[in-house]
Amino acid sequence: MMKFLKRFYLGLILVFLYVPIGVLIVQSFNAGKSRVKWEGFSLRWYEELFHDARIMNALYVTVSIALLAMIAATILGTLAAIGIYSMKKRPQALMMTLTNLPNTMPDIVTGISLMLLFLFTKVERGYITMLLAHIAFDTPYVILSVLPKLKQMNKHTYEAALDLGATPAYAITHVIIPECKQGIITGAMLAFTLSIDDFTISYFTTSPLIQNLSTLIYSAARKGIEPSLNALSALMFIALLILLLIVNHRTAESK
Amino acid sequence: MYNMTLPWWGWAMMLVGLAAFIGMLIISIRRNHGVKRSLFASPYILWMILFTVVPVILIAYYAFTDANGVFTLNNFRNFWDSNYESNKVIMEAMGELGAAYISRGTVNVDTLVYSLWMAFKCTVICLLLGYPAALFMADRNMKLGSTLVVLFIIPMWMNFLLRTIAWMSLLEDNGLINNFLRWLGFEGVQLMYNSEAVLLGMIYNFLPFMVFPIYTVINKMDYRLSEAAADLGCNSWKTLYKVVMPLSVPGVISGITMVFMPSVTTFFIPRMLGGGNTMMFGDLIESKFLVEGNWNVGSALSLIMMVLILISLSILRKADPNGEGGGIA
Repeated sequence: MMKFLKRFYLGLILVFLYVPIGVLIVQSFNAGKSRVKWEGFSLRWYEELFHDARIMNALYVTVSIALLAMIAATILGTLAAIGIYSMKKRPQALMMTLTNLPNTMPDIVTGISLMLLFLFTKVERGYITMLLAHIAFDTPYVILSVLPKLKQMNKHTYEAALDLGATPAYAITHVIIPECKQGIITGAMLAFTLSIDDFTISYFTTSPLIQNLSTLIYSAARKGIEPSLNALSALMFIALLILLLIVNHRTAESK
Repeated sequence: MYNMTLPWWGWAMMLVGLAAFIGMLIISIRRNHGVKRSLFASPYILWMILFTVVPVILIAYYAFTDANGVFTLNNFRNFWDSNYESNKVIMEAMGELGAAYISRGTVNVDTLVYSLWMAFKCTVICLLLGYPAALFMADRNMKLGSTLVVLFIIPMWMNFLLRTIAWMSLLEDNGLINNFLRWLGFEGVQLMYNSEAVLLGMIYNFLPFMVFPIYTVINKMDYRLSEAAADLGCNSWKTLYKVVMPLSVPGVISGITMVFMPSVTTFFIPRMLGGGNTMMFGDLIESKFLVEGNWNVGSALSLIMMVLILISLSILRKADPNGEGGGIA
């Protein structure tokens, strides 16, 4: 009975999370442009999507930035987490405060402060500035996902590896990193997700010429969203689902 | 394709920084006969100085100067009284008589209070909804943990602006919910363009940020502790209350942080679901910078925001005296 209630509760939360997504997907198959009136099934918006240069460009910017930022932030953040973990107490506390600073700063302040930096150093805002900004806000999240794993790890495992003749580098790649692999993966996924979904920071750190999907949607929101943007999200959603099913299938097979 | 212009001294500073970093690394390797592990953090330290510390200093600089770069506190006076400048002009022109014509402009303070209140409500509701969800996800009997994590992440991959706009099609006067109500024979209700709609949008967007950190902490918790508590005679409620909840405090604090911060300053959600009726602090800051072009007052508002958040965070940290949450929160 308890088990049923628990499942039911989780189910309700998931329904809450998925209802707008369902609406979005249904809208993308609507023949008309209306958000609420069903005018028949059609693939019209999917066709228009691929002929819309602005959307395709924004898609390229979004995905490439998310991937590059994820890779950079994961490397930078994992190394930083290992470094911070082995620091003495005082510098560690300082580092943690500074790492928490971007997280504790609201997105809008981060965005504005980076905008000021780029304006101040006269770096023209565009693709590169957006990428730098994304790496900057992704990295603390990676650190904060990896550090708890390091803390939960037995402190002496690393020392044991050294005693048994491992070089520090070998001990890190073969002991520490496997131990906090889950944290690294979580961090990387979080970084990618945040980057794909980011609007506020991108909004302040790019020019109107280089738009990602979020800033494109924002500028279109007042005129009414093109249903082809819904079509794109539906496609991304389905692609993601398939990817996840494959990954799940693989892990199930390997077991 | 993308040109990047940096003044010569910018490049010079970067080069000097890089040289200093490499120098430090070499010295340390020589001294320790190997790389000290704490040095792994050094690329990040450089990165952080350039992209976190310097930008924050810039905000402080603009907040304490006027348009000509001269030190001033007027930007903060403007926060307290947005009519500050016009009032000064009236008082100068009319002398004592002017007092009858001036009034304090409270828009900035009012907006801040409203935003904090909304963010507080959002955080409490997210915690009440999210804690049980995280707890059930981590339940070892359910064997669903990792699948559920994925299910909670997927919605976040959909663009949040589009998801918010999708809520609009549900909540509109002619939206799906109202159409459904009318079909059932009820009257339609005004669901959009009020604080409740904004709150719903915020909860919808930030709930996963509450669930993940709590789930992570509970999942990694030693489950034998709960078993031991059960063996020693605790019923499941008491185990939850005495064992699981105290141990999950770091996750809760982290979750509160991750929900509260973005909800104070969100500016897209109130703009869409509130229809401009409900201005939040984020809206205000954004319009100061991009609409009015007043960087100085905008920076002062940002700085006030940051300080308030830092204060509330340090209060939160008190709830976690061991600093366990320091790693996450």
